[in-house]
Amino acid sequence: MIPELGHFALACAVALAFAQGVVGIFGPSLRDARALYAAPLLACSHFAALAGSFLALVWAGVVSDFTVENIADFSSSATPLLYRITGIWGNHDGSMLLWCVILSLCGLAVALFGGNLPASLRARVLGVLGLISGGFLLFTLTVSNPFTRLWPPPLHGAGMNPILQDPGLAFHPPVLYTGYVGFSVAFAFAIAALIEGRVDAAFGRWVRPWALVSWCFLTGGIALGSWWSYYTLGWGGYWFWDPVENAALLPWLTGTALLHCSIVVEKREALKAWTVLLAIATFSLSLSGTFLVRSGILNSVHSFAEAPNQGLFILALLAITIGGSLLLFAIRAPVLAASGIYAPISRESALVLNNVFLCAITAVVFTGTLYPPFANLLFGVQLSVGAPFFNQTVLPLAAPIIIAMGFGPLLAWKRADFAPVLQRLYLAGGVAAVVFLVMAANRHIIAALGLAGGAWVVMAALTDLAQRTRLFRVPLGQSAARFFTLPRASIGAALGHIGFGVTVLGIAGMTLAVQSVVVLQPGQSTKLGGYVWTLQDIHSAPGPNYTQRVADITVADKSGVFLRLHPSRRFFAAQGTITNDAAIHTNGFNDLYAVFASELPGGGAELRLNEQPMAPEIWIGGLIMALGGFFSLSDRRLRVGAPARKRVAAAVAS
Amino acid sequence: MRRLLLLLCLLPAFALAQTMITRDGVTLTPPQEKRAEAVGGQLRCLVCQNESIEESNAKLAAQLRGIIRTQVKQGVPDKQILAYMVQRYGIFVLLKPPFLPLTWLLYAMPVLALAVGFAAFWFGRRHGNAPKPLDEAEAARLEELLRE
Amino acid sequence: MSPLRRRLLFGVPLVLAVAGGEGFYVLLRRMRNNEYDPHALPSPLIGKRPPAFSLPGIAGMRGFANTDIAAPPRPMLVNWFASWCMPCAEEAPLLGQLAAGGLSIWGIAYEDDAKSLQAFLAQNGNPYQRLASDASGTTAINWGVYGVPETYFIDKSGIVRWRYAGALTPEIVKSTLNPLLERYS
Repeated sequence: MIPELGHFALACAVALAFAQGVVGIFGPSLRDARALYAAPLLACSHFAALAGSFLALVWAGVVSDFTVENIADFSSSATPLLYRITGIWGNHDGSMLLWCVILSLCGLAVALFGGNLPASLRARVLGVLGLISGGFLLFTLTVSNPFTRLWPPPLHGAGMNPILQDPGLAFHPPVLYTGYVGFSVAFAFAIAALIEGRVDAAFGRWVRPWALVSWCFLTGGIALGSWWSYYTLGWGGYWFWDPVENAALLPWLTGTALLHCSIVVEKREALKAWTVLLAIATFSLSLSGTFLVRSGILNSVHSFAEAPNQGLFILALLAITIGGSLLLFAIRAPVLAASGIYAPISRESALVLNNVFLCAITAVVFTGTLYPPFANLLFGVQLSVGAPFFNQTVLPLAAPIIIAMGFGPLLAWKRADFAPVLQRLYLAGGVAAVVFLVMAANRHIIAALGLAGGAWVVMAALTDLAQRTRLFRVPLGQSAARFFTLPRASIGAALGHIGFGVTVLGIAGMTLAVQSVVVLQPGQSTKLGGYVWTLQDIHSAPGPNYTQRVADITVADKSGVFLRLHPSRRFFAAQGTITNDAAIHTNGFNDLYAVFASELPGGGAELRLNEQPMAPEIWIGGLIMALGGFFSLSDRRLRVGAPARKRVAAAVAS
Repeated sequence: MRRLLLLLCLLPAFALAQTMITRDGVTLTPPQEKRAEAVGGQLRCLVCQNESIEESNAKLAAQLRGIIRTQVKQGVPDKQILAYMVQRYGIFVLLKPPFLPLTWLLYAMPVLALAVGFAAFWFGRRHGNAPKPLDEAEAARLEELLRE
Repeated sequence: MSPLRRRLLFGVPLVLAVAGGEGFYVLLRRMRNNEYDPHALPSPLIGKRPPAFSLPGIAGMRGFANTDIAAPPRPMLVNWFASWCMPCAEEAPLLGQLAAGGLSIWGIAYEDDAKSLQAFLAQNGNPYQRLASDASGTTAINWGVYGVPETYFIDKSGIVRWRYAGALTPEIVKSTLNPLLERYS
């Protein structure tokens, strides 16, 4: 009964979403106040219906209702409660529903927090969101219905892919989806602004918080996914340039560019058409990324249920959304005139250069990811584009961004001078140079460049904060007081840069990682990274829905054994699969990582041992970036609307 | 004394033996192993899709790793090892595709994207150089502000 | 810049997106018609002779070398398989039918032992005229075999014309193998 209610609520949501779309987009031209206020109400009820539908599916999962095909196929009575819930979005149909729920949540957020927007703009934004939601809900309802019944129900259910039974993966999809879907709001703003024919400083100010929220989630989602693959897949790697990872990276790159250039729109009214195009591109990449990877066209390690039939439906939806918005852009955007002027050396120029390089990286990653299928289509050749290609092309393009990140925030608007900025950055430059020389002396040139770059970015951002608070020039208490009066957006921006620098440090440190694959008998030991690793013994241990063989490894340095690691091999009887559970010990700056790769018939174990310097910094950096974004959101300027007066004042000042 | 000398002679050999690395049945010195890993990292595992054979647990990947290590031990240059693999499995096996007419666009992309970006930057900046006079609404607004 | 040129410039993203969408549409359609498989890889052996090898027989059958298939009287198939491989057992009845129809099929057992092979042949039938054993898998790597089963079509001049990775199906036989047989016999 409850799944039927969920199904019914889903059908209601489709109707409400389309109503929201039509009323929202065409309502404002009726010049009727009721039409303007109907859109937010429809958005709320649309969300309520979808939330009900989703809860119904969660309920079916929690009580293990195997008459629902989705639950029978991807859950089992032995699955722990947490994974019975998270398993809902561990498969195609359920994740589609989650995707739609988050989209409607975005609509709800605009309806609730969009009070400072002009009513007609808010209605149009909600209208665009409603139409997108309606399209994808229609897809969910007709082609990938998660409530399909199954009779007779199986006794136990097929169970979940063991590799997905992990807390990291449980929360990775919702966070990542919130990032992807959140950009729909920026997209809707761009479309609504094009419909209204007005893009001004206010547009920059309105679109920024929404883009910022989704960017934070996307950053967090990517970091979570990377962390998950680091500790579960057992390769000790964190980024594989797989099409699915690239699909998440692309909107992150354009989203980052969008965040930076919306500042220019807000402050200087320049780059308007470009910002609109970035908002459209970011959401388009999110959409294509989410769905084309599932069509099976791209060759990926991530196995999604592939369904080329559904692919055509999705492609039609993408064609309408992306094609329609770009058509509108081609018609309406040419009249958007830029008004701000700036010199080649200025804050604007720095932000534009940031955009140029971010978009160049986007173009390279995009081309590399899509080259294999298109080469096959055009030339009939099967080729691969993998990690070695991306590392060699993307890293050189990232280097100028890293260098410019130090200068950018210190440059003045309109026209700036390099010399004083250089003077202020002597400390950051000095630290970077020392790091480079020390590492280069040990012949680690790539690591030296990376670590110096990371140190440069972190130090430059800290210098900026220190100088704004006049640290060490006035008493400490006074500096602290100054810190709290700084605009939160600039603290957030500094944090974002620091986070990125920390991630760069992590990535650079990881190039120094050492690995060894050894076969050891119990009692034997091996040397790696200055430690002695000894396999003490191998024993069996029980688990909730698996059995496991655990290797007991001790790690010793000069002063003796300081660590025991217990990597295991888990046998999931229901699926007949084995997973490797890596044992990782971290001190915050260095990971000792052990994987029990296989057990040999002779009684020995094949172990994969790694020492991974700076590995935790990769994700700590991601976390700092996301936190910086959230901190920036609490800025007064973004909470308090009414930018009109300040805007005109700024325009006059220029 | 003689024994001690013998021991001293053996000691470096013993230490060396300790640092030798055996993987997939072939024992290499650390620099050789590093070279083998670099070569293996360029090659795609054919069974598992989008993993390099160094990362893969597949049996075929282990065999190919063994072949690479044997060839590294024999001193076969990297290029020749890669050619050996391409001869058998086609250019699909290379994670970084060779530079061919059909991959020119791929390799030109970084330069192309930057060129377009810089052109747009330069053009866009010049385009914005004409500050347009305030229109009526703005002028009125300015007056209002000045009065406040 | 003239207004027209500006308009054209703003249409570029649309044109790129339409081209990309069209490409995806064609790819999806081809995938649906089984004309495109992103996971399949083409064999570099096509248009060439198989590399030199000489493999012993197994399970009481005669083995063969590359010279034995250098100029077969009629086009033939070389089928790589193993007793431990499930799809190999699936395609066995079809191979039996093809052999009964007069097509000569030579088998190479990949990393297998005589005992389990005999059991496999007893259970699934033996369509092979000759059966060689590649116990180490070295010849397989030289052929570019990346999994079993794989089937190679060799014409009368000993040149590989077609390779299929995975279990043969009646559809594949009808759509690809039969036309090949017609063309090269």
